[in-house]
Amino acid sequence: MPTIVPWLIFLLPFASFLLIGLILRPFLNKWPRVAGYVTIGAVGLACALAFWVLFAVMGAPEHKLMVDDIQWAIIGNLNIHIGVLVDALTAVMVVVVTFVSLMVQIYSQGYMKGDPGYQRYYAFMSLFTACMLGLVLANNILFMFVFWEGVGLGSYLLIGFWFHKPSAANAAKKAFIVTRAGDFGFLAAILLLYASTGTFDTQTLYNLVATGALAGTTLTWVAIGIFAGAAGKSAQFPLHVWLPDAMEGPTPVSSLIHAATMVAAGVFLVARFYPLFQHSAEAMTTVAVIGAFTAIFAASMGLVMNDIKRVLAYSTISQLGYMMLGLGVGSVAIGIFHLFTHAFFKCLLFLGSGSVNHGTGTFDMRLMGGLRKAMPWTYATFVIGSLSLAGIWPLAGFWSKDQILVAAFANNPVLFTLAIVTVFMTAFYMFRAVFMTFHGEYKGGAVPEHGSHDEHSHGPHESPAVMVAPMVVLTVMAVCAGWFNVTGGFSQLLGSEAEGTNLVASFLGVFMHPLPLASLIVALLGIFLAYAMYLKKWISPEKIGNALKPIYTLLYRKYFMDELYENVFVKTILYNGIFKAMAMFDSSIVDGTVNGVANTTAGAGGVLRKIQNGQTQLYVISIAIGAIAIAICVYLFH
Amino acid sequence: MMFSVGLDHYLILSAILFCIGLVGVITQRNVIKLIMCLEIMLNAVNITLIAFSQYITPTLLTGQIFAIFVMVVAAAEVAVGIAIVFSIYRSRESVDMENFNILKW
Repeated sequence: MPTIVPWLIFLLPFASFLLIGLILRPFLNKWPRVAGYVTIGAVGLACALAFWVLFAVMGAPEHKLMVDDIQWAIIGNLNIHIGVLVDALTAVMVVVVTFVSLMVQIYSQGYMKGDPGYQRYYAFMSLFTACMLGLVLANNILFMFVFWEGVGLGSYLLIGFWFHKPSAANAAKKAFIVTRAGDFGFLAAILLLYASTGTFDTQTLYNLVATGALAGTTLTWVAIGIFAGAAGKSAQFPLHVWLPDAMEGPTPVSSLIHAATMVAAGVFLVARFYPLFQHSAEAMTTVAVIGAFTAIFAASMGLVMNDIKRVLAYSTISQLGYMMLGLGVGSVAIGIFHLFTHAFFKCLLFLGSGSVNHGTGTFDMRLMGGLRKAMPWTYATFVIGSLSLAGIWPLAGFWSKDQILVAAFANNPVLFTLAIVTVFMTAFYMFRAVFMTFHGEYKGGAVPEHGSHDEHSHGPHESPAVMVAPMVVLTVMAVCAGWFNVTGGFSQLLGSEAEGTNLVASFLGVFMHPLPLASLIVALLGIFLAYAMYLKKWISPEKIGNALKPIYTLLYRKYFMDELYENVFVKTILYNGIFKAMAMFDSSIVDGTVNGVANTTAGAGGVLRKIQNGQTQLYVISIAIGAIAIAICVYLFH
Repeated sequence: MMFSVGLDHYLILSAILFCIGLVGVITQRNVIKLIMCLEIMLNAVNITLIAFSQYITPTLLTGQIFAIFVMVVAAAEVAVGIAIVFSIYRSRESVDMENFNILKW
């Protein structure tokens, strides 16, 4: 494989961004569709190259390809290279990112049709994808940070895509600022790493950790700092608050953010620096505990949301918690495998919710219902995605979730309990969404928000083929993606030992172990409860809601986390505390110094200017006296 | 005893002339007189230059050349100065220095 290939995977979407932003948008505005084709072409080509890289890595010794660096800058002793690191983790990630991105770009052709910002949308999507690919490919923590921030920028631009809506503009700012809190930890970790090792190179860091040169408290703090950055991007508790608000962006954007880019970046970061975590028990525990807690915490909020995208958003946070838990208690392979399967079914579910929105003009599930007949393709794909997410055998979600449960069970019973309860909740809220959206009677939908959907007055209808086709492809993946690891092939690629041997035997033999069976039963129970409450109405959801009013309110108001941040953190600590003190310092000390100097000068000038009275002869006297004074001085002191 | 003229005499003459000129510049109210006093000061300097040239570096003519330059510049300066005085006189109908005080804050 030529060494240019991994570079091209990053450069193609980036070139697409530049092409759209600098040429297509200003000069070829008459044909906005071109922007979409350019992006799809670039991402499609990158996807093909990503598969090439994946197969090359699978065939390479130790699943690693050597690609030479390019020297970028020398500042004193600081020698910064740019280069790509192509190992199994990178290969898997580039395939996931480019594949999901490609599906989303194709889908967007239908969803964003007629939007006045069509070209801008595709330019930002290209940039977003390119930054994520850059992050995945970089072999250097400094460049990872650059692209990390690039991903943050992309998410900001895309969440705030409809910036004329105040809610979208605020959500974009919130996403950017909340993740910035985590980025602070990441940056601190980078600086600490550089201070203690003097290198940014990932491979060198691995070696230093392996030889024990980097260990102890420093290593723990570095790992915790990296995890803080990961928690911000991957929306882990307590930095999860931005993700549900990020639903203000266009749905394909949410799909991309939730499946392959942005939130996956955090999990990827932990996986990339996994050797650092492995050598610090405290850091591993932190990752596992935060992950498990986030999983159940977010799932509980997903139980009561009425907006289909918000249900999916909390589901994403919860599943990211699973991935962190998988990394914390298991291995890279377990966490990344869940990321891999989750990318497909979560992307599918978001595209499905976008399709529902396209058909009805609303995201509120209370206004939907009965869409099963009107939107058969969306219904079928959405149900399969939900089954996969709920972890039903033999779909993708089952296999990856099962591994996490097994690892958690072996590690700590408390973490396992949290995880298994989350399985129940996941199944429940997903099928609550399915039954509320697709079953029962159609409840009218809503007036479409953005202008292009005028035809919706005729009632719900199936989305165009350009939107359905990516969903069908993703459905296939949501079913099959788990099978890559049935015999442990995926884990082996990522450096774990293979367990099973025979595909069919492993396929059925998974139930020889009681845990997968237990998780399957728990998931089915969750689905059954949703069935009983929302389809058959044997149990009235309203009655339960009223009976458990305090809990319902607590969940519906998201544990008052937004209020907590808003009132305690932002208003009291930051606004009334630090910012006010800084404003005082600025206005009194900084401005005071500047104004004081200016006032003194002006005052002195006011006094001195009186001497300049226009009487030339007075000046002459002054000069004469001065000359005489100088002469006397020379005479006296010579 | 033969009275011989030395460098000192020239310098004393020059100093006397310079002081006369300076006092005139400071005290005269008439601008024309003031300019004449200014010329006396310049000529006092010329005497110094030539005296030094004669007594200290007799082979070099630097000081004497310099004196000619001073005269040339003085001529130019008088031409310009008188022109300014004329133009002020036209507007103010006065050659009194006390009225020439508009160049100030």
